[in-house]
Amino acid sequence: MKVNQLAILQSIKMALRSIKGNKLRAILTMLGIIIGTSSVIVLVSIAQGSTQNVTNQINNLGTNLLTINTFGTDLSLTQDKIDKLSKINGVKAISPVVSGRVTVKKGKTSSQESLTGTNEAYETVRDTQVTAGRFISDLDVQSRSKIAVLGSDTASTLFGTDNPIGQTIQINGNSFEVVGVLKSKGSSMGQSGDDVVVTPLSTAERLTKTTSVNQIYLQGKNQNQMDVLMAEVQDAMSRMFPNKTDSYNVANQQDLMNTMSSVTQTMTMMLGGIAGISLLVGGIGIMNIMLVSVSERTKEIGIRKAIGAKRRDILWQFLIESVVLSCMGGIIGILFGLGVGKLLGSIMGMTVTFSTSVILMSFLFSLIVGVVFGVFPANKASKLNPIQALRYE
Amino acid sequence: MVATMIQISNLMKSYKLGGETVHALNNVSLDIKKGEFLAIIGPSGSGKSTLMNMIGCLDRPDTGQYLLDGKEIGKMNDNELATIRNQKVGFIFQNFNLLTKLTAIENVELPLIYSGLATKARHELALDSLKKVGLADRAGHLPTQLSGGQQQRVAIARALVGQPAILLADEPTGALDSKTSMEILNIMKELNEQGNTIILITHDLNIAKQANRMVRIQDGQLFENEGEPIGNFTIY
Repeated sequence: MKVNQLAILQSIKMALRSIKGNKLRAILTMLGIIIGTSSVIVLVSIAQGSTQNVTNQINNLGTNLLTINTFGTDLSLTQDKIDKLSKINGVKAISPVVSGRVTVKKGKTSSQESLTGTNEAYETVRDTQVTAGRFISDLDVQSRSKIAVLGSDTASTLFGTDNPIGQTIQINGNSFEVVGVLKSKGSSMGQSGDDVVVTPLSTAERLTKTTSVNQIYLQGKNQNQMDVLMAEVQDAMSRMFPNKTDSYNVANQQDLMNTMSSVTQTMTMMLGGIAGISLLVGGIGIMNIMLVSVSERTKEIGIRKAIGAKRRDILWQFLIESVVLSCMGGIIGILFGLGVGKLLGSIMGMTVTFSTSVILMSFLFSLIVGVVFGVFPANKASKLNPIQALRYE
Repeated sequence: MVATMIQISNLMKSYKLGGETVHALNNVSLDIKKGEFLAIIGPSGSGKSTLMNMIGCLDRPDTGQYLLDGKEIGKMNDNELATIRNQKVGFIFQNFNLLTKLTAIENVELPLIYSGLATKARHELALDSLKKVGLADRAGHLPTQLSGGQQQRVAIARALVGQPAILLADEPTGALDSKTSMEILNIMKELNEQGNTIILITHDLNIAKQANRMVRIQDGQLFENEGEPIGNFTIY
């Protein structure tokens, strides 16, 4: 065993020297591995970053959320039905929504905004916060108050940097008092959450001239019982609207999350796989160079064998050389990948999440590539006949 | 009675070359005693190289027996042969065959690496060996920074370092001018006087004459030196 350790240490030294002696070739050989590992790291980090982004965005929509969407006007989700739904065990809060497009005017500025008519529960159900003023209250809904809460973008469009609280705006020609401004949510899944006007449900029904809500958000009490709650809600809906199951749908936020995460996971795997293939190609490059190196150094192998190197010694020498090459490439690739990832993160504003496991995996993979593609040339070298190898010029 | 270092009896070796069988060694027998300085002389194609490979444990005979320092070589596997070469044989080649990327002392250390010696001991032995050939001051030089004669001296140091049973020199002066050749031969004579068994393989009679005993190889057959037999050796 001692013999082996010594030989291995010596081989590592020798490998480093032979790499040093042919720097350009070594760098070109490592390039494949460098590109491979760095692209694994960059791509997987970006994919994981976007996964995290999506997860955050979905969580931003509210926690323990069930959504009932109606597609047709033939479904009259009236107040008594909403009350029935709210009595289902496990529902913490319920928030019906009437939506539509409205023209909002402030002085000479006018813009098209999406209108959300809802109740006071919306604030907690959808995890919305106001940065200034207040949200809609129960009383507002009952008294059909002409008040509005503006999304952050709407507020800046209409008022610029002025304080909108207490000011009056025109919605479809009716005067409304601004009572609050929502905290920016950013856009999620193609919808801007900030280009909105929120009014009490009753007021919105008048503005849009409908009496049935388009959407109902339900917040569950317990995260673990969302499936049960969803079944109950579906059951209640089908009893209320028999034979109309096509007109509405009940969606669970967790389902959305699962779908999205399975999509992003597939994306991560695909990107990682593509980058992994480039690592593999890098490995083939190493094998190529090692084969060239073996035939270039036939004489050396002959000399070493003549003075007592066993097959094993020669095998180790070349194997270690290829592993040293691939590991160096791996390390440089990791550093390069981290650098590029950071750069992309800061320049292009991408969310980049580095994970230790990915870094370790890609290093391990480059090491394995070195071993796998080093074995063949090393074995070839070790099998050389010393007499013929000595005669080789 | 001086111990027999090498005992070769009825050695046969043939190759297939272009469909024809070449008997490179034909019933060769040879005894070499410890401390001898033997020259094997023969023209190219005489089977000289084959005999050298055989003595140097690089090759195995088809039939016949080869005892080196009491060990039967013919039936050893590759790994055992490598060990024997490492411990019993010191090679000196015509083209020096130093590893160009290693310094003189690293070249000398090489056999000791394969015998698994620790770094410090290895270094000391290698330096001693270089001292013997008078090149201790060039230990850190690369072969390319040394003259031909110096390179060959490094090669001799490398052959010596493991204290082998035999030194096997294949045309050691073939690539050197006559002055340097004499230097190398003098070193070899000195080493012989210190008790080393040396086998010199050459095609040059003048070089061969430096040895104490000469055998001639022709067409795969071995003859004791014509005219000047030294010692009592049987001709087979």
